[in-house]
Amino acid sequence: MAPNVAAGADTFPKLLIRNANIYGARPAMRHKDLGIWQTWTWSQTLDIVRAYAVGLHRLGVKRGETIAIVGGNRPKLYWSVMAAQMLGAIPVPVYADAVADELAYVLAHAEVRFAAVEDQEQVDKILSVVKRVPKLGLMLYDEKRGLRDYDHSRLRSIDEVIKDGRNVLDDTAVAAWLDYEIAASKGTDPSIILYTSGTTGTSKGVVLKNESSIRAAADTVAFDKLTENDVALAYLPLAWVGDHYLNYAQGMVSGFCTACPESPDTAMTDLREIGPSFYFAPPRTLEQLLTRVMIRMEDAGFIKRRLFHYFIGVARRYGERILNGESVPPNRRFLYAIGNVLVYGPLKNVLGFSRVRIAYTAGEAVGPDLFSFYRSIGLNLKQLYGQTEAFLYVTAQPDGEIYSDTVGPACPNVDIRIADNGEVQFKSPGMFSGYFKDDAKTAEVMTPDGYVKTGDAGFFDEKTGHLKIIDRTKDVGKLNDGTLFPPKYIENKLKFYPNIREAVALGDKRDFVAVMLNIDLTAVGSWAERNNVIYGSYQELAGHPLVYDMLEKHVSEVNRSLAEDKVMAGAQIKRFLILHKELDPDDGEITRTLKVRRGFIAERYAPLIKALYDGSKEADISTEVTFEDGRKGTISARVKIRDMKTVAAPAMGKAA
Amino acid sequence: MRATGGPAVAVGDVLLSVENVSLSFGGVKAVSDVSFDIRKGEIRAIIGPNGAGKTSMLNIINGFYHPQKGRIIFKGETRARMRPHDAAYGGIARTFQNVALFRGMTALDNIMAGRTLKMHSNFFWQLLRYGPAMREEVDHRHRVEEIIDFLKIQEIRRVQVGRLPYGLQKRVELGRALAMEPELLLLDEPMAGMNLEEKEDMSRFVLDVNDYYGTTIALIEHDMGVVMDLSDRVVVLDHGIKIADGTPDEVKQSEAVVDAYLGVAH
Repeated sequence: MAPNVAAGADTFPKLLIRNANIYGARPAMRHKDLGIWQTWTWSQTLDIVRAYAVGLHRLGVKRGETIAIVGGNRPKLYWSVMAAQMLGAIPVPVYADAVADELAYVLAHAEVRFAAVEDQEQVDKILSVVKRVPKLGLMLYDEKRGLRDYDHSRLRSIDEVIKDGRNVLDDTAVAAWLDYEIAASKGTDPSIILYTSGTTGTSKGVVLKNESSIRAAADTVAFDKLTENDVALAYLPLAWVGDHYLNYAQGMVSGFCTACPESPDTAMTDLREIGPSFYFAPPRTLEQLLTRVMIRMEDAGFIKRRLFHYFIGVARRYGERILNGESVPPNRRFLYAIGNVLVYGPLKNVLGFSRVRIAYTAGEAVGPDLFSFYRSIGLNLKQLYGQTEAFLYVTAQPDGEIYSDTVGPACPNVDIRIADNGEVQFKSPGMFSGYFKDDAKTAEVMTPDGYVKTGDAGFFDEKTGHLKIIDRTKDVGKLNDGTLFPPKYIENKLKFYPNIREAVALGDKRDFVAVMLNIDLTAVGSWAERNNVIYGSYQELAGHPLVYDMLEKHVSEVNRSLAEDKVMAGAQIKRFLILHKELDPDDGEITRTLKVRRGFIAERYAPLIKALYDGSKEADISTEVTFEDGRKGTISARVKIRDMKTVAAPAMGKAA
Repeated sequence: MRATGGPAVAVGDVLLSVENVSLSFGGVKAVSDVSFDIRKGEIRAIIGPNGAGKTSMLNIINGFYHPQKGRIIFKGETRARMRPHDAAYGGIARTFQNVALFRGMTALDNIMAGRTLKMHSNFFWQLLRYGPAMREEVDHRHRVEEIIDFLKIQEIRRVQVGRLPYGLQKRVELGRALAMEPELLLLDEPMAGMNLEEKEDMSRFVLDVNDYYGTTIALIEHDMGVVMDLSDRVVVLDHGIKIADGTPDEVKQSEAVVDAYLGVAH
């Protein structure tokens, strides 16, 4: 593949035309429909998108206008993005599982007149808030089911729009007009507005430009040597920068094939069938996969179980070193090869990883055990660090330089510096041009000399030269005695235990550190089953004394590890409790990308937090919950609190 | 096309009528002198307190029981004594109060089983799974995939139904009934034992089946909210006797119904 891959194409529509020219017969997109994988080549895709764009124009879509894209990873929604860009309109993807309120905010803020939506569910959701989105005119839907009796004055099926466009495109004058429109788009025009998930408050619209997006993607495509022969499965939210970057932008630049799962719940099976070569998964997904594998192994027969544990042991000792290309004695290599035939190969096959050449994880800190497990079985898993504002990549680990506690050196053409307060700041080819309609916020995150403030505290590791991220700058607090308190650092240590799904650490401006925990229902449920612990609900299991005992052990191990570091020894956990309900994005407790919203939780669980610090043994709490359809209910519970012993800090000299 | 018996019935016309039907088991009168009709294209609910004779009524329509008195007219023809598979050929499919699936088979195979009556290639070809049998199977599989898509159960296609949660088993069972492309679909407590969310999903599917396939549906259900929201007309049984018949609103007003459900003040 030519290194200067994006030559001559400064916008995505021009890239699409280039792909149709040079990769014409190669698959661009796959989607499983009625149980059979359907394929569209690059030249077919171009045909469809051209027709779609003309159809959209005939409905009144104009240059510079915004079009909302609401739904899952489906070809027609990706084509909607492409067709909008072809007209110079700006697509605004919205999270498919956003509740009506969030949806209304984004649609109104982005001033959309059109929305391409997946199905009846999304149509209903938009209709329920249509009064708050005064500019919205037409909705275009992919799935017609259930919409027959709806008022079609504001609804069109995407198929119809494409068909309508195709009929008109027969006229050469129309085709020439479209060519002119495509040529008229400039690289400096906005290509998309991605709304952030809003870890802090309401979401902001990050405006990205055609040319800078393509340049950023070209850099990482070259970095990971992606070609038109690669395949990726697009199973993460369409509205998330990760999907737009990793699958859409990189796919357009390198010409690789993006496969869409049959439905959101079939991603596991589809992964296995497609066998992608490029794979991204957040640490949480990797964790769930591993938990599932381990649980199934517990139920396997004696011989299989012994075989599995023996060879996983071999992999843990030598697998990573083999993957990194380090020297390993030949007899160990041989043992690993046998393990590969008997265990790792079949395991990767079941997980759909057989052909994965490059895998990334990012978003949260990844547990060292978890990370090395996947690497040891031969999956080239790497870490990257990025942001929507950067159009994803800031740093990424190159092959051969992989560490579980770093996020890698700066990506090609990215400048990183650490501010005096420890904040990571960067300047990159893909960086955004500003928040949509919000200059004040844009000014807040940009330094006068053009760097973007990430809001993350970090430092460069002296040994490796890689960046390490500790926590959000504004979250790093202090206990009353002056001890440093980075909540996320403590929470991550807790979350590395499979039994703990979520943790919230408290301590800023307080006397000691206390934590609230969420158990992992899969792991603890399976443990309960094996140990004859009977429970009727999540709440009951979470409050079980034996579960408390188990988590107490985890917490005391974390305390021990905190005590090893003299800076952190004072931040050991003195008290903890297990929450009666799972933290849920529908209730606003965590974001759609599953990040904890501290301020909101502090308010919502005030009675529990009060009890943690006033010495009570238990506390009553009643919380409002929101169901998926938006209705509300309440859950009340009495939550127990446990005291913890702390470990004495090591002698000053020893702690280094 | 559908292997149905009688002439086609237009939407809104009577598809099936039950006339003065009585059924007793020894001395126990399960159903006495009940008459009502089911019109083409509607959702008809049969409700009543425990032991009111609802399931017996469904079994009579289904041909599993033959009433001692009265008659059943289906598509304009009085029905003779028959067996359930005759009813199935006639275009009546049903689901059961307690899920009755082949537990060791996958969801896909269970739904394929619903197509059995529509298979025409002979035993020889089916044994070879070649030629006409293969072509037919591909065609049937396509129909089944449409149903799987319709019911949104793609992710469990290859899962043994015995391992599925109850709500999903119910959905697979509905899928199998739909695979028969029935003209009349009988649902025996489709939402029994479900949580609120599953109930809402199921209600949505029942409405969609009625709307999309145009299937006439007769259902038994205990959840009054569900019945009142879903059905076009409701017939109420109590101790085997019909005590009310009409739209959900009419039935709600009926004093006899209130008495049957809440008891009478003495």
